Amino acid sequence: MTMIFGVPLAVFMGQLTLGLVNGAFYALLSLGLAVIFGLLKIVNFAHGAQYMLGAFAALLGFRYLGINYWLALILVPLVVGGFGMLMERFLLRRIAHLDHLYGLLLTFGLALIFEGTLVNFFGVSGARYATPEVLQGGLNLGFMFLPTYRAWVLVAALAMCLFTWFMIERTRLGAYLRAGTENSELMQAFGVNVPLLITLTYGFGVALAAFAGVLAAPLYPVSPTMGSSLLIVVFAVVVIGGMGSIMGAILTGLGMGVIEGLTKVYYPEASNTVIFLVMILVLMLRPAGLFGKEA
Amino acid sequence: MTFIKKTLTASIAVAAATTMAMSTAHAEISDGEVRIGYLADMSGTYRDLAGPGGQRALEMAVADFGGSVNGAPIVVFSADDRNSADVGANTVREWIDQRNVDMVAGLVASSVTIAVTRVLEENNGLGIVSGSAASSITNEHCTPNHIHWVYDTYPLANGTAQAVVEQGGDSWFLLTADYAFGHALEGDVRRVVEESGGEVVGGVRHPFPTSDFSSYILQAQGSGAKIVGLANAGADTVNAITTASQFGLVQSGQQLAGLLIFLNDVHALGLDATQGLLLTTGWYWDMDEEAREWSERYYEEMGRMPTMVQAGIYSSTMHYLKAVEAAGTDDPEVVRAQMAEMPVEDFFARNGSIREDGRMVHDMYLAQVKSPEESTGEWDLYEILSTIPADQAYRPLSESQCKLVQN
Repeated sequence: MTMIFGVPLAVFMGQLTLGLVNGAFYALLSLGLAVIFGLLKIVNFAHGAQYMLGAFAALLGFRYLGINYWLALILVPLVVGGFGMLMERFLLRRIAHLDHLYGLLLTFGLALIFEGTLVNFFGVSGARYATPEVLQGGLNLGFMFLPTYRAWVLVAALAMCLFTWFMIERTRLGAYLRAGTENSELMQAFGVNVPLLITLTYGFGVALAAFAGVLAAPLYPVSPTMGSSLLIVVFAVVVIGGMGSIMGAILTGLGMGVIEGLTKVYYPEASNTVIFLVMILVLMLRPAGLFGKEA
Repeated sequence: MTFIKKTLTASIAVAAATTMAMSTAHAEISDGEVRIGYLADMSGTYRDLAGPGGQRALEMAVADFGGSVNGAPIVVFSADDRNSADVGANTVREWIDQRNVDMVAGLVASSVTIAVTRVLEENNGLGIVSGSAASSITNEHCTPNHIHWVYDTYPLANGTAQAVVEQGGDSWFLLTADYAFGHALEGDVRRVVEESGGEVVGGVRHPFPTSDFSSYILQAQGSGAKIVGLANAGADTVNAITTASQFGLVQSGQQLAGLLIFLNDVHALGLDATQGLLLTTGWYWDMDEEAREWSERYYEEMGRMPTMVQAGIYSSTMHYLKAVEAAGTDDPEVVRAQMAEMPVEDFFARNGSIREDGRMVHDMYLAQVKSPEESTGEWDLYEILSTIPADQAYRPLSESQCKLVQN
């Protein structure tokens, strides 16, 4: 059997695949953060909670309203994104002119409130969300058994990432957005409603988190604390990729998923810390992040 | 870069502020009160097995006792340790220094417990550990200032691992939570498996807590072991079992052995995913009339059936209060001696007694999770297969490394 650093090739390939699946999650989540930070300069500490709200909305929607997975995949991001827009309009906007730290504290506080409220009602053991029937079972890749659902997650998350990148970097709307955040007074003089654009952008970032939440619901037990553990890692991914860089967030997310996955084989004890080690290295060598523009 | 620095500083400040807010001193020192501090994970991974439900059980015990001991009112404090040894140890230090807390109850994550018992020993306090699993708590980490009540990793391994090996599961792969509790459980399982003629062929130590188990499950599948033993607890176990079912671990011929599974875990996972699982428990709500009676009272308060930890918190608090009453003092040394003198026999413990190492030994039970067809209600989850007698369940004193035991 071919070995790679003492690990059979099949096992190595399997871990690589799983790393990519996890990386797709990191990419999707850090993308939302990067969009919000890059365009609005808001450090959205509520991102993990919004991801969790997405999963919960899918679960409760199914339980009480009978909304199926596919519908939830469309509806939940809209609902949670709408909720995010309300947050931006009535809370974040009031402190937009202050230092970034106020936004950080506000969103962190909101995240604690969302989490605490749901813990109070649902506890932390989590609930299960059934995998849609079409995606049950698995694919035999030769070197591993890959549950179909995980393959779907990889495809769906990547498609969404590329769509977002395209929207922001390659369309007129995206150009307005970038210009609006660069010089909002000039844009308003051209007749563009910049405050609305900002609300929509925040809503979109939140919707991305909720989309990731729905994707995660059949994979992990849906629990109020599912977002908080992920958030710190995702922040590290954004820092490594360079704050505000869209493509940077996507590529770094995938890369970090793979690095973490391989750490789980070679030295599992460090798998929770390896991303932070990379972060420290990157900050030492390239303070602006791998894809960041300013040093 | 300044932005990142600021963010980091702010995050630390936020964390520090929450810690400080939690431990704001209330420097009122009055004797003539029995003060109990309830310390547990109230918001994280282990919340549902002890948490607010455990506090409720403790309050039920206080109320059932009449609210006072020999005329001295009983006062209850509580705090969230957030599974952090630092937070737990500091809270208890402050409770003892400034609030004159006489007994600390709850105590869930083993790492927190070991840190707290050191503080108790330094300050001559008293702790009753109900939630923790590590058998080292009354072995190398024993102190004259604490008692371990509900269960520990020794009987978990003895009960479950032995039963599984006897059924032919003689090669094991262990998924271990990488901290004090997981290490203790791993050690105990390894010993039992090897003594019963089986073999541990591999294992992996995963960080605590872990949300994605797919990589570890894949490694377990690759190991070729017949049994994948889960030396973890709480949400980690739930996650591992969920992931194992996604990867078809059981269909591909391997079997899971959950070494520490609580009632709330089985309830959360559902019987479809857990049916047939063997487990060892210190107590089950439906095991007899007395247990059922108490559990139904608890259910009326909480809307959930109690776990063995929550029942144990009631039982141990009752025993403590009886000892204080009998001794006429809340001096930790005197009370502990008094507790050890009285046998423990209630709805929770059968043939219970407290040994010199602080271990409360009592009958343990080997149980099996029912199938959906066998279950008659939401909480009808276990079938008790056999009783492991108190004197065989726990580590014999002759093997003890505890400094309080003369060997």
